[in-house]
Amino acid sequence: MSRLLDVLREDLRLTGVKEGCGEGECGACSVLIDGELVNSCLVPLLQVEGASITTIEGVAIDGKLHAVQQAFLDCGGAQCGICTPGMILAAMALLDQNPHPSLEQIKEGLAGNLCRCTGYMRIFEAVVHAGRE
Amino acid sequence: MRKVTGQAQYIDDLCFPGMLYGATVRNPARRGKIRGIVFEPGVPWDEFTIVTAKDIPGKNYVALILNDQPFLAGEITEHGEEAVVLLAHPDRYLVEEARRRVRIDVEPLPCIDSLDDSLAKKEIIWGDDNIFKSYLMNKGDVDRGFAAADLIVEGEYETGAQEQLYIENNGMIAVANPTDGVTVWGSMQCPYYVHKALIPLFGLPPEKIRIIQMETGGGFGGKEEYPSMIAGHAAVLAWKSGRPVKLIYDRAEDMTATTKRHPSRTRHRTGVTRDGKLVAMEIDFDIDGGAYATLSAVVLSRGTIHAAGPYSCPHVRIRSRVAATTYPPHGAFRGFGAPQSIFALERQMNKVAAALNLPPEEFRRRNFLHEGQTTATGQIIREKVDLDDLLFRALEQSHYYHHRETFDRANSTSTLKRGIGFATFMHGAGFTGSGEVTLSSVVTVEATAEGKVRILAASTEIGQGTNTIFSQIAADALRIDYSLIELAQPDTATVPNSGPTVASRTVMVVGKLVEAACIGLKQMLVSSGLLEQPYTSQEFAAAAAEYVHTLGPLRASGEYKPPPNVFWNDETYQGDAYGAYAWAVYVAMVTVDPVTYEVRVDDFVAMQEIGKVIHPVMAMGQIEGGVAQAIGFALYERVAWKNGRMANGQMTNYIMPTSADLPPIRVYFAENPYAHGPSGAKGIGELPMDGVAPAILNAIEHATGVAFNQIPLVPELVMEALAS
Repeated sequence: MSRLLDVLREDLRLTGVKEGCGEGECGACSVLIDGELVNSCLVPLLQVEGASITTIEGVAIDGKLHAVQQAFLDCGGAQCGICTPGMILAAMALLDQNPHPSLEQIKEGLAGNLCRCTGYMRIFEAVVHAGRE
Repeated sequence: MRKVTGQAQYIDDLCFPGMLYGATVRNPARRGKIRGIVFEPGVPWDEFTIVTAKDIPGKNYVALILNDQPFLAGEITEHGEEAVVLLAHPDRYLVEEARRRVRIDVEPLPCIDSLDDSLAKKEIIWGDDNIFKSYLMNKGDVDRGFAAADLIVEGEYETGAQEQLYIENNGMIAVANPTDGVTVWGSMQCPYYVHKALIPLFGLPPEKIRIIQMETGGGFGGKEEYPSMIAGHAAVLAWKSGRPVKLIYDRAEDMTATTKRHPSRTRHRTGVTRDGKLVAMEIDFDIDGGAYATLSAVVLSRGTIHAAGPYSCPHVRIRSRVAATTYPPHGAFRGFGAPQSIFALERQMNKVAAALNLPPEEFRRRNFLHEGQTTATGQIIREKVDLDDLLFRALEQSHYYHHRETFDRANSTSTLKRGIGFATFMHGAGFTGSGEVTLSSVVTVEATAEGKVRILAASTEIGQGTNTIFSQIAADALRIDYSLIELAQPDTATVPNSGPTVASRTVMVVGKLVEAACIGLKQMLVSSGLLEQPYTSQEFAAAAAEYVHTLGPLRASGEYKPPPNVFWNDETYQGDAYGAYAWAVYVAMVTVDPVTYEVRVDDFVAMQEIGKVIHPVMAMGQIEGGVAQAIGFALYERVAWKNGRMANGQMTNYIMPTSADLPPIRVYFAENPYAHGPSGAKGIGELPMDGVAPAILNAIEHATGVAFNQIPLVPELVMEALAS
């Protein structure tokens, strides 16, 4: 059984979904399945029959960036960029449930997505910023 | 922009028609003689491209400093993660299966398991004495210094290995054949290092080897030297199969097989007078190099030069060694030896202060380097440096005295123990000593047909902001709009050698060349009569486009020239070690839980002087990311070694900081423009790795009264000490 990650990356060429660890620790392969944040490396294809899946490629509409994407650009939330697609989806899932999260809620909400470059501070700022939009 | 939309292309996002997938079969044992390689039945081996040391077309070594490391082990294998056989096949799942069906039979040879065993020559595993490199640095007469001391304090400090843990694993794709030569695309920091390594591997002329950097998902030194190995593997498989070969590491392979930060041990003997002045420092700094030399000599050099810190002391002797052990080779990691020796020094400084009955800040104040004084290498500090001011501001921002007093009062009765501590330090930017002269880096800029300006440099964007900063430097130098600047992809066929992307040199050294090249280009355009000053961006673009149409290519280059009055002696290790230093004071506030033995960092203040800050958001991002990585180095990131290999090569049990683990990281800059950096900037990238761990352990000592001198300080170590 193929992993959802491989089907997205290889069959559908949605390479914005990244593989960081292959064991559900780093969150680089995060996608939204029916709006819920999931590590696609842990999902067998079978489980998503009929589900709606959002990858980073589906976030900007007609070339217009989503508020979270714009906030990541403005606040320096992306450095090397490899965790960024997953991180943006995690931030969107968080803001979807809670449009004005506290710093503690942001930290908790993003704790499944690892970033080695930023120390997370600019990412927190981006989430706060996007929440205000 | 492309990073937030998922369009940025990393190496694993590329696919070539007819591409094979590669895999690396590694020595399953430890050091030994390779007796045989068995391809077990049940795998269609005739469909595979199989490469061993015998198939290497040229020389079997990874060209770097000593050329001692083979691409593939032949008769002898020196460590448990060494590559022995390479496989390639169109089916990536089958290649993975096949990797497990190759049996390598190894007759064991004696191993060296520790730095001490290596230094004691328990077994000679490298050269005549297991020593890759040693240094002896002398300033003044240390024996005379100790004779004049009222008090002598000794200490011993250790740091562990650390994995770089960029989120994008290593990977390469190669196309190679005798007619066209070799082309490799991949994730890397230093295209010209890979280029240099592949020339002897194939015995081809330099122009037949082409290296192209793809978007790179983090490096931190971990993609400085090892990518040469992977590129070589992919290229040899491509050469033999005649097809493109993709070789991507998974997380486990990347963590266990590639280089890590050198473990270290430092011994200090410090002589002071009764009034708290340093008179003698004797430092022995030893690091574990692993099985091959890699960049160890240079890592040791930086660690050695930084070992005596930002203090003025008349008599200093530093001895340092990097020794061979039977572990996968250690290599470059942000800070490059300095975080190890600075950890030891800043713990030792607190110990000496305590022995003198002086507050740690007061002891440092009495010994800070000032303009006109000399470092341990005898380098006269010619720039203005004000460590007193940095210290004052850092302590103020962290409410140091208030917290110190409050915690002192509360800790005697409270369950949770709280503490606050700091470290003061410096980091030299650029290559050491004569290194930049030897590199003699070049940057070229050229006008495009549309009148834009394209920067051609081998410096790579690995997340630290090279592209943005270079564009900004160029736009400032040309006085035109940022949107008129573009960057060429680092490709050895088109960009000149601007040196490696390491050593906090990209902005300060290479950025200065961007600036110089842009000034040259502007002058050419002005003297051609097509552009008059002052001009608007549009006028500039129109003039540049016209130049290209009517007169042909418009290009200018900047070549490295050392700042005046810089002298360095490689024999005595005396002189101007670095063009410039960044100076810093970091303060950590911690809570230690005596029940769970967990340490939490509650607040972190990072105060530094890095010349002129070119891009505040990116500069803050660099410092914050470095501090986070260094908190991991101090408290969480422990490599568990078992039979000479990393046993916890997974993100599940090698713990890096998550968003929930970190304190607020509060970053402050003092500005003091550096005359020889672009717009006055100095290097920044490695600095934040240096002072975090000692600040945290100084805070833990304040909280608990226990002097911990080993990192990573995982809860098990806290438990051992607090329970006894």
